[in-house]
Amino acid sequence: MVPLPYYLILSGILFACGVTGFLIKRNIITIFMSIELMLNGVNLSFVAFAAHWHALSGQVFVFFVMVVAAAEAAVGLAIIIAVYRTRETLNVDQVNLLKL
Amino acid sequence: MSVTTFVIVSVIKTVIALFVLLTAVAYSVWLERKVVGHMQNRWGPSYVGPFGLLQPLADGAKFLLKEDLTPPHVYKPLYIAAPMLSVIFALTSIAVIPIGNWVDIFGLHIPLQITDLNIGLLIILGVTSMGVYGVALAGWSSNSKYSLLGGLRASAQMVSYEISLGLSLIGVLITAGSFSLRTIVESQQGRFWGIIPRWNIFHGQEVAFFIYLTSAYAETNRIPFDLPEAETELVAGYHTEYSAMKFAMFFMAEYANMITVGCLATLLFLGGWNGPLFGPPLLQAILPVFWFVAKVFAFLFLYIWVRGTLPRFRYDQLMAFGWKFLFPLAIANLVITALVVALRS
Amino acid sequence: MLHLVLFSVFGAICVAGAVNLLVQRHPINSALSLIAVMASLAVEYLLLGAEFVAAVQVIIYAGAIMVLFVFVIMLLNAGEEERVGGSRVAIVFGIPGMLVGSVLTAWVLLRYSGTSGVELGAMPGPPKTIGWLLFHDFLLPFEVTSILILIAIMGAVVLASREEIPAPGERGEV
Repeated sequence: MVPLPYYLILSGILFACGVTGFLIKRNIITIFMSIELMLNGVNLSFVAFAAHWHALSGQVFVFFVMVVAAAEAAVGLAIIIAVYRTRETLNVDQVNLLKL
Repeated sequence: MSVTTFVIVSVIKTVIALFVLLTAVAYSVWLERKVVGHMQNRWGPSYVGPFGLLQPLADGAKFLLKEDLTPPHVYKPLYIAAPMLSVIFALTSIAVIPIGNWVDIFGLHIPLQITDLNIGLLIILGVTSMGVYGVALAGWSSNSKYSLLGGLRASAQMVSYEISLGLSLIGVLITAGSFSLRTIVESQQGRFWGIIPRWNIFHGQEVAFFIYLTSAYAETNRIPFDLPEAETELVAGYHTEYSAMKFAMFFMAEYANMITVGCLATLLFLGGWNGPLFGPPLLQAILPVFWFVAKVFAFLFLYIWVRGTLPRFRYDQLMAFGWKFLFPLAIANLVITALVVALRS
Repeated sequence: MLHLVLFSVFGAICVAGAVNLLVQRHPINSALSLIAVMASLAVEYLLLGAEFVAAVQVIIYAGAIMVLFVFVIMLLNAGEEERVGGSRVAIVFGIPGMLVGSVLTAWVLLRYSGTSGVELGAMPGPPKTIGWLLFHDFLLPFEVTSILILIAIMGAVVLASREEIPAPGERGEV
């Protein structure tokens, strides 16, 4: 019998780590992975509330979040590959000019 | 059944299953060498023991005693972890595979399966998806161009054919109505007109079986899809830089994957442990296991037969085949099966 | 009791993986810690009864999306991050601020929640009922996400494809 706030705190910690990673990291792939970590934290929140209120639509929404994360990861990684081909670097600090 | 009894029984089942699986892996290597040898008009292993039956033991001793080299510029943590990951994921799927019906020992009613989850099939698909990491990380951490190319090709191939593999199984799911492997086997009992058994392969899933077979060859990196580890192309692909025990782990993982795929094909398409039962009750308790093993053996023989016969695909032919032919065919099979089931009910 | 123990163990693995993602400098280590986070989250979903969601988390998230990340890290082979000097202000105000904020949030959540907890396997989510919901109540989002995936596939193929390099003889022609 685990109180609901425990799940929400765990979800919050994951989300906070994701936000921190997004802000402090310089490698663009790691920034992307922090976004995925944020999405995972939110998924846990959804499933925990679905269990608390006995509403299955929380789990269905997790499904949609995963689909959107997959689509976003595919396109984002393609953009990262395209950026790497032109700029030769994965450091976001160095991708700061509109023209090479 | 109390909790402690359940835990003890599960531990015993796990130990037995692992032992049987590892022995089966060792002897499937022997079987392959014998069958391919005879197909190539030569004897396979025949010196060590009668018919070469002790050859796996000799191979095991060799792998243990060989010098375990670690090249200097590899990325050590992943280099050591990758073969372990491969083996762990290859051996995990035995946990949901049922090999027979119920057994009554010491007053306990035990299913011949380590655990009967009602999402058993999804667990196997999940473990297969995770198996890609062993290959990809081995290829990258070896810090060698052959390994990297082999690892990238192998993981891209495995990910592409996973899709057709999964889609081909959905037709079976629709006709059986559950993800639990035991339920799927139980839905294949009985016969048509008294002669033809009601296996899924005769019950409308012929195309699905073909798709599953082909995707299984590609998933386990076997000929005709073994370009990622072809000696003439890539030295040895993703396991170029591995020696002795770590190489043996990759080898074991490949054969364990083959056996898992064979067990899954038996359960889903060939009727599992259903077969004619006869004789005294003790024999009737053991016969389902015997039928299961016989069907898995037939599937493995088919695997080895194809290995000895066909040349390998080129990489772009392989990927085009997977994406442009198998994937639409699997979707078409799914749509037609769904239509038939919906119109019938 | 068992629920609390399992929740704590896998929650600790989640948090350790998330912190490891921040601490590691090489992106491949961050990717592997993220895979560990996703796997332990799948176990947390199982504890809440969401079996189909847990299986899909392992197959799709940990088994396909993270494979994509690992591929890109392997292909681009970018190496470790350089250690950049962080801003003093951020460390002095940021870390205590974050700690205070999180303790406050946790205290509010724990204090003002109801007494009912979540049992082991509270909301069973077998594939059949989730499939029913997907195809009846959530049919429009389902179809829209399929179009989304189609657009993502087209976008990824176009963005990552290499430009045709013209042969030396053709360069002067229009």
